[in-house]
Amino acid sequence: MTENRIKAHPILIDDSVADIPFYWQDQTFLAKEGEMISSALMASGVTIFGHHPKDHSPQGIFCANGQCSQCMVIADTLPVKACMTAVKRGMQVFPADGLPKLPDVQSWDNLQTQPTPKYDTDVLIIGGGPAGLSAAIELGQAGVSTILIDDKAHLGGKLVLQTHRFFGSSEAVYAGTRGIDIAKKLEAILCQHTSVQIWENSTAVGVFEDKSIGVYKEGKDYVLIHPRMLLIATGAREKSLAFPGNTLPGIYGAGAFQTLVNRDLVRPCENLFIIGGGNVGLIAGYHAIQAGIHVCGLVEAAPECGGYKVHKDKLVRSGVSVFTSHTIVEALGTDRVEKVVIAEVDKDFKVIPGTEQQYDCDTVLIAVGLDPVNEFTSQAELVGLPVFSAGDAEEIAEASAAIFSGKIAGRKIAGFLGKQTEEIPAEWAAIEEILKSRPGEVTEPNIPELEEGVFPIMHCTQEIPCDPCATVCPRHLIHVDPSDIRYLPEVDYFAEKGCIACGRCVAVCPGLAVTLVDYRKGNENALVTLPFEQDPTSVAVGNEIELTSTEGMSFGKATIKTIKKIKEFENGTSLLTVEVPRAIAKQVSGLRIIETIEPSPFEFDTEHPENLADDAFICRCERVTAGEIRALIRQGMRDINQIKAVTKASMGACGGKTCLNMIKRMYLAEGIPLSEVTETPVRPVFIEMPVRVLANLTDNEGESA
Amino acid sequence: MSLQTNFDVIIAGAGSIGTPTAFFLAQAGFKVLVIDSRPSTGQGSNKHAIGGIRATHSDPAKILLCSTAIDIFSHWQAEYGQDIEWRAGGYSFVAYDDVIEKTLKDLLDMQRGLGLNINWLDRDAFLELVPDINPASLRGGTYSPEDGSASPLKASFAFHQEAARRGAVFQFNENVIGIETKAGRVQSVTTDKGHYSTHCFINAAGSWSAEIGRMVGLDLPVRPDAHEAGITEAVQPMFSPMIVDIRSRPGSSNFYFYQHPTGKIIFCVTPNPQIWGFLDKDTSAFLPLSSRRLIETMPKLANCRVRRTWRGTYPMTPDGNPILGEIEGLEGFLLATGACGQGFMLGPGVGQLLTHLIQGTLFEQERQCLHSMRLNREWTSMEKLK
Repeated sequence: MTENRIKAHPILIDDSVADIPFYWQDQTFLAKEGEMISSALMASGVTIFGHHPKDHSPQGIFCANGQCSQCMVIADTLPVKACMTAVKRGMQVFPADGLPKLPDVQSWDNLQTQPTPKYDTDVLIIGGGPAGLSAAIELGQAGVSTILIDDKAHLGGKLVLQTHRFFGSSEAVYAGTRGIDIAKKLEAILCQHTSVQIWENSTAVGVFEDKSIGVYKEGKDYVLIHPRMLLIATGAREKSLAFPGNTLPGIYGAGAFQTLVNRDLVRPCENLFIIGGGNVGLIAGYHAIQAGIHVCGLVEAAPECGGYKVHKDKLVRSGVSVFTSHTIVEALGTDRVEKVVIAEVDKDFKVIPGTEQQYDCDTVLIAVGLDPVNEFTSQAELVGLPVFSAGDAEEIAEASAAIFSGKIAGRKIAGFLGKQTEEIPAEWAAIEEILKSRPGEVTEPNIPELEEGVFPIMHCTQEIPCDPCATVCPRHLIHVDPSDIRYLPEVDYFAEKGCIACGRCVAVCPGLAVTLVDYRKGNENALVTLPFEQDPTSVAVGNEIELTSTEGMSFGKATIKTIKKIKEFENGTSLLTVEVPRAIAKQVSGLRIIETIEPSPFEFDTEHPENLADDAFICRCERVTAGEIRALIRQGMRDINQIKAVTKASMGACGGKTCLNMIKRMYLAEGIPLSEVTETPVRPVFIEMPVRVLANLTDNEGESA
Repeated sequence: MSLQTNFDVIIAGAGSIGTPTAFFLAQAGFKVLVIDSRPSTGQGSNKHAIGGIRATHSDPAKILLCSTAIDIFSHWQAEYGQDIEWRAGGYSFVAYDDVIEKTLKDLLDMQRGLGLNINWLDRDAFLELVPDINPASLRGGTYSPEDGSASPLKASFAFHQEAARRGAVFQFNENVIGIETKAGRVQSVTTDKGHYSTHCFINAAGSWSAEIGRMVGLDLPVRPDAHEAGITEAVQPMFSPMIVDIRSRPGSSNFYFYQHPTGKIIFCVTPNPQIWGFLDKDTSAFLPLSSRRLIETMPKLANCRVRRTWRGTYPMTPDGNPILGEIEGLEGFLLATGACGQGFMLGPGVGQLLTHLIQGTLFEQERQCLHSMRLNREWTSMEKLK
């Protein structure tokens, strides 16, 4: 049996053993305790979870977040989402091929339905990610009765996928600490506050006329919560992209990929291709490399990657080919992705014919931006329930900004409820704005003329909100303007008490963009210390590594002289020191980790690429193509309700979570402003809900049936 | 507004009644304008209908209209091409006690007399038809195999398309704000976007028709009555008829559901007491209430997952029957409203009836039908099979 589990990882340590047997089509597989069916199947090499009833197309994991419905399987006779259902010992799992058959009912004599339990609370927070946790801490501090619900088994939201050290402000939002560790810190603080109840595995399903919220509580009961105020901290969902082959197994959202790799330590593939050069795509690419996955390339349609340059640099130094002004034309494969075709685009993002190239890969990661999950906000507004939102649900930004916006929302709500006497500090709004800000222009690197002594080189050349380097120097030689941490760090190279080569600035930098150059030997060589966040067993003193510039240019090989760890940063970060000629010492900024693969030429076998784009799927659930929808738009349909009626797009299991935004983008692409387009109303239920749960069907002992 | 300003007939409402009426009138050669305040066909109450179509009623006029409708729905695809998802799955009213068994059986002779194909199935025969129905204290039920279902939105869109193909003009996002009369006769219609001449106006605005009635000083006894419905995930075929359970339960006076050809179960209750008003926000009571009724009627559905719920209004009249035809004292003002949640199944029958009325080609049965559904009636009889 294939075992696609990550055994060696620089940051994540997992001693748990997959020893829970379950059955996939009668074959015995092993899962870890509490592991979701999807991850256990992927770990055993299963990527096709079923076939669609409409066209028999293979279905597999797509969002891994309980939002889409592509991962449906039949578990112990019931249709379930594989990504949200934990494996049980001896569970019989079968692919969802065609329509599921409801199991026969054995005996109903001892079963009865119960009234729906009701809960009153001052505040209900939906979502236990960075924003929800931070808000809950503030409400807990103010003693406000609060229920925090989260649909996952563990709090933290997407923080639990963020293995990198955070940018932002060290003082305000734990910059320099890894996202996974921030989640633990926030949860620990929250647990001290007794006025906050935490319900994990609990999903909100709708906001109702009487201002109550229906919740599928802890995977068992259906309850109604009547809060005085609602805080939506539901984060974001990933935008998708229409291209032929876009629903093949092996095409994931970036979040799904990070869930498999970083949360569940499952290696879902060998050779990855990434679409989108924002922070999500860039970071996910580096996470893949850390998990031992080859990243062959990344395309970004804009002329420059939109994410932080330091994130892009990490990929480029490692050996990933990054193509800006490029897009994906098509993904090809029968039962899963086998290759992608990419091409250059012009300034209007149209493919330039003749520029097509291809890459062999087994997985494509889509990271083309995020949309707020805001349907509960609009439902609450409709029924007149006071509602706030924070984090990505309010505005898409970095997780560090979400932490801070949650904190502000928590304070505000406490204030509205009359439970907050402290004013919100005036500077908080400014800090929030800074944390949310987009990266600035790229400038020339600020490299000193100096060629003596020892000092750090800051390879970051773009203004981003970040200050950890300035907080760790024992000699206070690195300065970031505390009133606006977007300014680039400045190093005092000529201080009386200079650098002691401690390496802390190298280790803490979230962008891995600080090196230490040491000329003290005084010969024609200098020592360079580099941060290293890959599998620590892959390097040893005496090994040769290939050094690169920030742009990925090779400086040839060098031998590792020392490997050291700094206690405070030992989790995941090592410092490698190499000896290089003085002339290049200040340019060396990283090392090659993977083999760089160049794309190969591709010739179209289809005549009109424009028609080819019609084959892309817009609605995954009901298998509605771009061509079908474009034809209706061109016929003059301006009411999405009517598109929905005619094609069934958005009427599937997920309720339009992916396709409705894609349809809106298709209108814009056709030159039709959204002011002329009628949108569809948001209706419950947010996720498909078993009838037995809604009826609170129990057996005689009161256990949920 | 439309460039054309002179029409033979103007219809207010592009819904379950307005679109088929426009189709039959346009087919008969009339110049028709349909005005609707919403952005496309069927966006008022039509899209909230669950799609059931039956001729199995207790009122002869409704039986006639719905029999006509079934004939039109069932032949639509063959004749006009659009797939409106018609399926003759039948209807079954199920009985779990003496009173309901008697109510249902007492109607059979009258229904058969009007040409309906309806039978009583005893317990065993019923279990054969619907094997997953709750067998505990089941008496049996009716079965009318020629009844069925279709997609309300697809059907009204198809009527719209075919009407437009025959010259009918549809004006969306436009509101009727006045109807001008002269010497007891309709002269013209004013909207927020224009002014149109006509001598024939049809009020097919459903729940909103009372407001239009007031424009000519008419007090229409049509009130919006809020109902909710839901749909599940698609599962393998389990049963074919619409199952109607007329037992009263806390919060609901009946419950009905069917399995759509795609495998999804679509369900609906009649709230008890009725909830009046233009209410479109989902209630917290509906999901638990309808789930209990699903389990009570078909226990196997406990393991099915609900996908979506929604809420819409029935244009209710005092006796549960529609209001159709001309009114006294205002020539050219016709009513086609108050369908009480049955507008979709009545629509094509009503459309054909009004076309015959306007053409002057009514046959006797239709004349009787219009007489019993006139505005100026006693409101005493009551629909027994709601």
